[in-house]
Amino acid sequence: MEQSEKIVLDHVSYVYGEGTPFEMRALDDVSLSIRSGKITGIIGHTGSGKSTLVQLLNGLIKPTSGQVLLDGYNINSTFEKAYEEWNGLPEYASLTKRRAKRAIREEWKKRQRELCFRVGLVMQYPEYQLFEDTVYKDIAFGPTNMGLSHEEIDTRVREAARFNGVEDDWLEKSPFDLSGGQKRRVAVAGVVAMRPEVLVLDEPAAGLDPRGRSRIFGEIVGYQRETSSTVLIVSHSMEDMARFCDDIIVMSHGKAILHGRRETVFSHVEELEAVGLDIPQITHLMRLLRERGLELPENVYTVAQAVEILKTALPKMTNKGTHI
Amino acid sequence: MKNISFGQYYPADSVIHRMDPRAKVLMALFYIVCTFLCKNVLCFGVLILSCILLIRVAKLPLRLVLGTLKPLLFILLFTTLINVFMTKGETLLTPPDWRIAIYAEGLWNALFMMLRIVALLASTEVFLTLTTTPIALTDGLESLMSPLKALRFPVHDLTMIITIALRFIPTLMEETEKIMNAQRARGADFRSGGLIKRARALLPVFIPLLSSAFKRADELANAMDCRCYHGGEGRTKLKVLKFRPSDFVAVFSVVAFGVGILFLNRSGIGYTLK
Repeated sequence: MEQSEKIVLDHVSYVYGEGTPFEMRALDDVSLSIRSGKITGIIGHTGSGKSTLVQLLNGLIKPTSGQVLLDGYNINSTFEKAYEEWNGLPEYASLTKRRAKRAIREEWKKRQRELCFRVGLVMQYPEYQLFEDTVYKDIAFGPTNMGLSHEEIDTRVREAARFNGVEDDWLEKSPFDLSGGQKRRVAVAGVVAMRPEVLVLDEPAAGLDPRGRSRIFGEIVGYQRETSSTVLIVSHSMEDMARFCDDIIVMSHGKAILHGRRETVFSHVEELEAVGLDIPQITHLMRLLRERGLELPENVYTVAQAVEILKTALPKMTNKGTHI
Repeated sequence: MKNISFGQYYPADSVIHRMDPRAKVLMALFYIVCTFLCKNVLCFGVLILSCILLIRVAKLPLRLVLGTLKPLLFILLFTTLINVFMTKGETLLTPPDWRIAIYAEGLWNALFMMLRIVALLASTEVFLTLTTTPIALTDGLESLMSPLKALRFPVHDLTMIITIALRFIPTLMEETEKIMNAQRARGADFRSGGLIKRARALLPVFIPLLSSAFKRADELANAMDCRCYHGGEGRTKLKVLKFRPSDFVAVFSVVAFGVGILFLNRSGIGYTLK
């Protein structure tokens, strides 16, 4: 397997309430891979299965069928399966059978437990999970559960606070005294403080105003650039996804209908429109201009980018005498 | 968390589902009386058969009803054991020099008590929670209790409280699950450790849950205010309850069932409860 694939989903299905009248197929035979060190956006309407998908990634829920691989390791592997696979490995070969079995069990347990630290999940509206009496303690909750030393916890809390714009004088405040947007940042910091290899955020900007939105996305992108970790963002906003993501996965009715580089996904306008999603407005505008005969690039996703391009393209056009 | 279905409405199209909720409340009450009237093997046999019949008529899967009894298994076992060991009778089953004495009467008592509890719970579920929506149920209760209004008993307020409480059980359960997942994602461990450690592990769940419950309560109160809610006075209903002849027949048949049980009691077959 290629090393750049951090997470692989192999024919994963998930059914809620199997065998009851409330049965619902949330994920239907989804196969995809997520590139290491990149920002991947998962986009889709409410009920398309995107929130279910992210909960599978750190083992909170187990797939009804199929498997989830993190660095090639099936995260839902049972002890029996793990034993079968690892039994022949050199590090267990020198041990007696019983010792080897115990060592493998320990290793398997450790991996199960480590999973939530390796894949850090920020749920929707994470500010509702704050509970400690100070912001500092709340951010430290994850690292404390990891069993780190006091110094290490302190470093991580301060680092996470810096990444997420949590100011120093908040740290001793009660999280319940902060505003909504501030609480959100504290909650994200609480997950970032675990230094996860993969950071998964479910609708990180839901319910925030435009300034809060770009701020939180800016912080996430900054964090990703600095740590070059793998980041997954779930959203239904095409505009945001287009601005920040390298790869895009489009979900609809429990299936991943499009999956690939941003440029590739946004070139499938018809498929996107068929499931009620749109390409970003500015990309659409550029597309229309191109159809009118302007020589413009296809991959334009932000207004700033478009302004720069048009600055050079427009004078050329007037010289040629093209009419739009 | 989703598998706790005690008290959850199970949608189906059956005679019992369509009945007037008041009739169902009355039937449940009379049926409970029936379970206490049973005194001998014959009665309990008929009682359990009637339970199975009711589940069939209500078109509920037998498994579902049994599954909902699972959380109460402990209480069931406890009462059964208490009855086995604590009943003094005439026929001693264990050797006389044993410290623990078990009498035949004790075994009978235990069996009957267990069947009684099972029938009681199953029938309440079939008549009320599984086949009646919470709203219909509280509507029915309000209507049944309306004579108490003459005594200045706040019937409407009480039923409104029950309605809201019932309405928020699934919401709060969902919320609990969400918060537990969020904390689990931060490495919280709810499964291992002793009693105290586990209780402490729940703190990160209860504090956010409590805070959001208060917030919800506040929002709900505001929403009710905005819609000019001012208590039950002069309030009209969208769905007016209607007691049909078939409902009378149904309630009457449960009463008749009770009378039948009284007759069976006199047959005197096998051990008779005192």
